[in-house]
Amino acid sequence: MAVHEKITIAKAINASLRASMEADPKVLIMGEDVGKLGGVFRVTDGLQKDFGEDRVIDTPLAESGIVGTAIGLALRGYRPVVEIQFDGFVFPAYDQIVTQLAKMHARALGKVKVPVVIRIPYAGGIGAVEHHSESPEALFAHVAGLKIVSPSNSSDAYWMLQQAIAGDDPVIYFEPKRRYHDKSRLDTESIPDPLHKARVTRAGSDLTLVAYGPMVKVCEDVAKVAAEEGKSVEVVDLRSISPIDFDTVQSSVEKTGRLVVVHEAPVFFGSGAEIAARITERCFYHLEAPVLRVGGFHAPYPPSRLEDEYLPGLDRVLDAVDRALAY
Amino acid sequence: MTVEGTAERKTARGGSKRTTAKKTTPAKKATQSKAGNSAGPDQAEQDQLVQLLTPEGTRVEHPDYTIDLSPEELRGLYRDMVLTRRFDAEATTLQRQGELGLWASLLGQEAAQIGSGRALRDDDYVFPTYREHGVAWCRGVDPTNLLGMFRGVNHGGWDPNSNNFHLYTIVIGSQTLHATGYAMGVQKDGADSAVIAYFGDGASSQGDVAESFTFSAVYNAPVVFFCQNNQWAISEPTEKQTRVPLYQRAQGYGFPGVRVDGNDVLACLAVTKAALDRARTGQGPMLIEAFTYRMGAHTTSDDPTRYRPDEETLAWEAKDPILRLRKYLEAEGLVDDAYLAAIDEESDVLGKRVRDVVRAMPDPDHLAIFENVYADGHALVDEERAQFAAYQASFADADAAAEGN
Repeated sequence: MAVHEKITIAKAINASLRASMEADPKVLIMGEDVGKLGGVFRVTDGLQKDFGEDRVIDTPLAESGIVGTAIGLALRGYRPVVEIQFDGFVFPAYDQIVTQLAKMHARALGKVKVPVVIRIPYAGGIGAVEHHSESPEALFAHVAGLKIVSPSNSSDAYWMLQQAIAGDDPVIYFEPKRRYHDKSRLDTESIPDPLHKARVTRAGSDLTLVAYGPMVKVCEDVAKVAAEEGKSVEVVDLRSISPIDFDTVQSSVEKTGRLVVVHEAPVFFGSGAEIAARITERCFYHLEAPVLRVGGFHAPYPPSRLEDEYLPGLDRVLDAVDRALAY
Repeated sequence: MTVEGTAERKTARGGSKRTTAKKTTPAKKATQSKAGNSAGPDQAEQDQLVQLLTPEGTRVEHPDYTIDLSPEELRGLYRDMVLTRRFDAEATTLQRQGELGLWASLLGQEAAQIGSGRALRDDDYVFPTYREHGVAWCRGVDPTNLLGMFRGVNHGGWDPNSNNFHLYTIVIGSQTLHATGYAMGVQKDGADSAVIAYFGDGASSQGDVAESFTFSAVYNAPVVFFCQNNQWAISEPTEKQTRVPLYQRAQGYGFPGVRVDGNDVLACLAVTKAALDRARTGQGPMLIEAFTYRMGAHTTSDDPTRYRPDEETLAWEAKDPILRLRKYLEAEGLVDDAYLAAIDEESDVLGKRVRDVVRAMPDPDHLAIFENVYADGHALVDEERAQFAAYQASFADADAAAEGN
């Protein structure tokens, strides 16, 4: 595949899966409707046709079974890439992920590896019904043994998935479903950043915004609006939620003195809480204001007619930026 | 299944060869529906129980499952069961002495485990619960390796791929899915190995077990589900898990299920071998319900006197798996006093070795907490390891300073 000018995130993930399957015959795709249909978001479109039913596997509708059998396949030497159809459907598999997948390498004192990648289309903004718009990343980040990543653009979507598949640890790869059809530049011949490295996507000097996945675009928009108001906002795309590249965030905050963390997931016990605590510890004498967080409320994800109010948008993030700058 | 029911069954069988059943293949036989049988459920279960050696030690034949073992193989099964029981007893004692934090005894289930374990080929793969000490023995896992997790020095600690014996799994039923996935991999590799998943009557209620039945059936995976129905899931009898005999569950998933006398090592061996052969020849999964009894407590933390009567345990004692094989071997003149004495002596040696190894088992280094959390490393683990090491080292500095005074 050649260099693309612009490609959607969905197509970048598809190209990434294709590249991984071509590179390693042990890579398998498993999930509900991933074969003939190409997935409900068409992310796996055409892969079963090209790689066969033996490698692109339509599974029974049972999430624990999907992850549990993926673990068994990994123990046999395969590299299963599992698709959970929607964020809210992962919980039947939560036991297998938390008690088995995350701990097996340690329990075996390193003698077995379970390189299972779990792709989860997550977060809201698509006007969906209940259980189709959630952001459960913190529920997984709390578990040692798992790695959690979330790309925000096509290039990261392409490279980070291949890096996750090539690694020997279980990785949960959260796909920002409302950005599936956003186009951005993908260079398939560039040298990618390390999987767990954060990236400064916009330089600034007054305040740092940290986000990942679907919220990166919101934060970049915020930075543009703030710039018009004479405020210089730096945006850090975290890319990886476990581990978190605190060094990059620290460098930014040491420069700006202010930090606002933005995610769709509820603020309470969210990844923003961890970032706030760590950065306060690391940057205590650099901080000009308390670390603020913008995210979901401590309420079930609302019906779709209310999701624009629930989700952190331009105005709510700008409000937090203003509050931080007011100190 | 009540105690009376099993006692009646024993009498009714009377050790004689059954002649009513038509000769069929195991698969066909096992899938035959018992619905509409005018006899009660006990009668149906009685008809289904595969037995080759009665509790009295009499060899009987079964129309579907046969076995022909050499005297040496028969003696080997006896030796396996005696040594496994001795190891198990030593572990229970070591827990009482405070050397182990917990022990899950297999007492009473030796035939189910040795019979099924000896049916396996080296290239087959085992996914055990936490009570499969007899199967581990058959796989060649050093029994002292099983004790690390019960002492609290690790969570497993043996290399699963050395003996094709996966780590013990404590979350009930989870391993049945791993076994199924592993079997799917065997199938993709085009190998003729088989996989066996152990679980219990309690686990049969778990969703993961149901899902493993579904997946294995849909993909025709080469996996054998070996359910040791030991009648008790801690304090809950099998009646709290199911309204139908567990082996019948298989029918709804589209593969055969069979109930075997779990205290009959010959029947367990014969049935498991047949099931493994089916799996490795592309005929898909099979469920074996080994009807047995947990003679001891669930674990050393349990008190079975709170929930089950002594009479029940006594009734099962009469069906002891080791005793019946010994009676048979003696009646057939396959063992003599010298042989039995030699086994006892070997048991004593094993017991001593287990005690010595456990007592000498060192606590792991503090920093082992951080080992193998990830295969490729993780920045936070590295950071916390360094911080904790520095914290620990600060005591060494303080100690050195104190000594300097």
